[in-house]
Amino acid sequence: MTATASAPALEVGGVAYEAVIGIECHVELRTETKMFCGCRNVFGAEPNTNVCPVCLGLPGALPVPNRLAIELVVKAGLAFGAEIPAFSKFDRKNYFYPDMPKNYQISQYDVPFTLGGLVSFWLPDGTQRQVRLTRIHLEEDTGKSLHAGSSDGRIAGSTHSLVDFNRAGVPLMECVSEPDIRSAAEAVAYLGALKRTFVALGVSDVKMEEGSLRCDANVSIRPAGTSALGTKTEIKNMNSFRSVERAIESELARQVEILASGGRIVQETRGWDEAEGATHPMRSKEQAHDYRYFPDPDLVPVEYAARDVARLRAALGPLPQARLDRLILRDRLSVAAAHQLVDGGLAAYYEEAAAHSGKPQATVNFVLGDLSRLANETGVAVAASGVSPQALAELVALTDAGTINSKTAKELLVRLWSEGGSPGAIVEAEGLGQVSDAGAIDAIVAAVLEANPKTVADFRAGKSKVMGFLVGQVMKQSRGKANPSLAEERLRARLGEGAG
Amino acid sequence: MAAPSARELARAVNVRERSAGELAEEALARVAERDGAVGAFLWSSPENVREHARRVDARVAAGESLPLAGVPLAVKDNMCLSGTPTTCASKILAGWVAPYTATAVQRLLDAGAVPLGKTNLDEFAMGSSCENSALGVTRNPWDLGRVPGGSSGGSAAAVASGQTLVGLGSDTGGSIREPAAFCGVVGFKPSYGRVSRYGLIAFASSLDQIGPFATNVADAALLYELMAGKDPRDSTSVDRPVESALAELPEDLRGVRVGIVREFDLAKLEPDVRAVYERAYRDLEHLGAELVEVALPSAEHGVATYYLIAPAECSSNLARFDGMRYGLRVEAADVGATYEATRAAGFGDEVKRRILIGTHALSSGYYDAYYVRAQKARTLIAADFAKAFERCDLIANPAASSPAFAFNAKADPVSMYLMDYYTIPMSLAGLPSLSVPCGYVQPAEAAGPLPLGLELTAPLFAERGLLAAAHAYERGTQRAREHAPPPLPAAVPGGRA
Repeated sequence: MTATASAPALEVGGVAYEAVIGIECHVELRTETKMFCGCRNVFGAEPNTNVCPVCLGLPGALPVPNRLAIELVVKAGLAFGAEIPAFSKFDRKNYFYPDMPKNYQISQYDVPFTLGGLVSFWLPDGTQRQVRLTRIHLEEDTGKSLHAGSSDGRIAGSTHSLVDFNRAGVPLMECVSEPDIRSAAEAVAYLGALKRTFVALGVSDVKMEEGSLRCDANVSIRPAGTSALGTKTEIKNMNSFRSVERAIESELARQVEILASGGRIVQETRGWDEAEGATHPMRSKEQAHDYRYFPDPDLVPVEYAARDVARLRAALGPLPQARLDRLILRDRLSVAAAHQLVDGGLAAYYEEAAAHSGKPQATVNFVLGDLSRLANETGVAVAASGVSPQALAELVALTDAGTINSKTAKELLVRLWSEGGSPGAIVEAEGLGQVSDAGAIDAIVAAVLEANPKTVADFRAGKSKVMGFLVGQVMKQSRGKANPSLAEERLRARLGEGAG
Repeated sequence: MAAPSARELARAVNVRERSAGELAEEALARVAERDGAVGAFLWSSPENVREHARRVDARVAAGESLPLAGVPLAVKDNMCLSGTPTTCASKILAGWVAPYTATAVQRLLDAGAVPLGKTNLDEFAMGSSCENSALGVTRNPWDLGRVPGGSSGGSAAAVASGQTLVGLGSDTGGSIREPAAFCGVVGFKPSYGRVSRYGLIAFASSLDQIGPFATNVADAALLYELMAGKDPRDSTSVDRPVESALAELPEDLRGVRVGIVREFDLAKLEPDVRAVYERAYRDLEHLGAELVEVALPSAEHGVATYYLIAPAECSSNLARFDGMRYGLRVEAADVGATYEATRAAGFGDEVKRRILIGTHALSSGYYDAYYVRAQKARTLIAADFAKAFERCDLIANPAASSPAFAFNAKADPVSMYLMDYYTIPMSLAGLPSLSVPCGYVQPAEAAGPLPLGLELTAPLFAERGLLAAAHAYERGTQRAREHAPPPLPAAVPGGRA
């Protein structure tokens, strides 16, 4: 997450302005087969290999809806508390485009599968925000045009175009937000919340780079505290979360500049140029599109009984939004740590360990620190390692009680990772408990001071940094078992500081 | 004709009295002899016919008993048959070879039918005379100076001229029933949803329905029963049992209440036509039916309603014909210009007219006034029928207001649209409806007697009772046998008569 903590202040002629942003996301659903036929839904196959009469729109072919895709959309809506209309239907959106086989797209117009809903997310500064969803509807994806003969693959200068219909008919969910987003950072956090939820539900793999998440932003500004909407521009061609953030920031700056110089914002569609870091007007269509939506007569209406909705709601499983709220509000973890746990697939493990240990912060430190490092090094997931959540909780307790020091804890984790077992039993059996007996430590401290007269002289001359070296020597003499803070305390006492 | 019915032909093949190969050769000979004059077929390939017949003979030899073993079948050229040209009688699809077979056609092939060829139609099934075909002229076998009706005129004429006993049509607003009436054959449109539309090139999806042509009701029932039933490839096809009418065919109409529609006033018809229908109603009574008057007050809005809904759907259905992927392409400066040039050259006037009407009806600002109101009217018409069927089991009325008309007689599109006055309301309500021959008229300017059809309509999914009653009427009156089409010349020189 690259979001900054707070939105940069917008100002026009000394008046504070606020950003008003709505986001439309297209999310490809993770189904085995396409939306209206039995062709495989996979990314990256040889062009035009996953096609049939239906998704090629051949004369006479008819669509048959993929029930699973509809369920995924309903689940996506339920995850955000959306209303599921009992009656829904598919409509045709009519326009001509060469990568659209039927020259109409099967979509949904006035009765989408889900209405409303609330997306809640946390900003890095610890504030929680909520954005209302307008709707989520289901439609079929189009094919993909490839322009050949030009140097950069763009249509300008190309000699001919090729169309790949593998993507035609892939189920595509369109998720529309209300204009509740107030900064580029919020936009990114909102998208992160969607992604997290869709991945958890198995709705989509949500990969912007593979096009399974595409989004457009509607951006406008207005004097802060007013409610009328300013003229908006629609920003397209954003290919990563980072480019969403940059594009929105750039567009907000452009709009502020226009208003500051007395200009007027034109309602238009603008494309984000990643290399240049600016938006540009896209070639405007010759006329406004009239999509002539009407109910698709090839498809019967879809009806959802309350019990179907209840069944899907029950099958949602743990939702990342609720989990983040728990980690941040109940466990008082930082927003960054909570996101790392949830997005890294570590949250369930963490929650179990923290429940046993009762020490959320100490637990999260181990999970995101030593255990994550071990997972990276060994290629084994934390949950699949020898360190059970109970073992970690034990380790946290041993450390917290001062029975073992952090060095021992680290070493124990490495052992447990591959061997498993109970840290308490190992400490007990091998006498790894740390030495917190002042008398025993004082003996070592005396020996260390005697062996290092020059360092002692340096310390007394004001070089306080050498204390670290002296503590290290005590640890070494104790074979790592000394309680380091007690060692330092005793050293200072003997050197005439602190309590001494 | 050697055999009186398709069922008899299939029986003979199943018991090895005849072979599919023999029947195929005979059918090909009849096509060679008669189709020069009639022009029913747009495409027929002897090799293809023989290949299908060989396969049927092999299956019969292997012990299969097939309900349509070796029966030659005419297929309207808006249904896909894998490996054969499928044109919709449009220049825009000329040369397109279907890579798959329509479900309804496949079910008949599975039952042993041998596709004899693809038959002519009004372009994309839009018309009532076959005159809108861009690819050929089909003549009415009863009078070669007259149209066969439409849009399924090719299949109707193929059956009427004895080239084949059975054929397939599609009916959107009367496209099976009107040509059946004009050609003196049985034509049956099942309830919407009974027969899969998969592989039927759509004109108006909420209305299109495939159905049979035959020389008799029982053959029509057999084809229907073989085609009907849920198809997982068509989500509008219904999943409900198909009850066979053939199992128990009644001999009369005792106990059947037949509704006569008050608004369909026979006095509006020519006197000779009126006399035939008055006699038909009396025949129903003589056969034991009880005639009751019923009202369809909204039916008068049928044609107007239909000419909003069907064009609206067609404007979208026909958008795919753009020259990009298959069929005709007329290259122009850019994509948009290529679309325009291709569609300007590829579609005929009637198709363009309906695309324009439909595009307008769906466009922003007009949608509520046209499309939404038409849907409301459609609901009212269906409700009228439901109310009428509280008082009767069937509704009887003329299938068309006149016998087959001469070529170019209906140059005004609206006068052509009105040809479907008696068939459109049933289509809008999705009801099963058929036309059965009920007599003849002989206008002074006609070459000979011209057939008329009685339209019988039943409640939704009540096909069994409808077919049973039609069979009883056919058996009890034998009207189809009163006349036969005149002998055909080898060919008709020149274009349209």
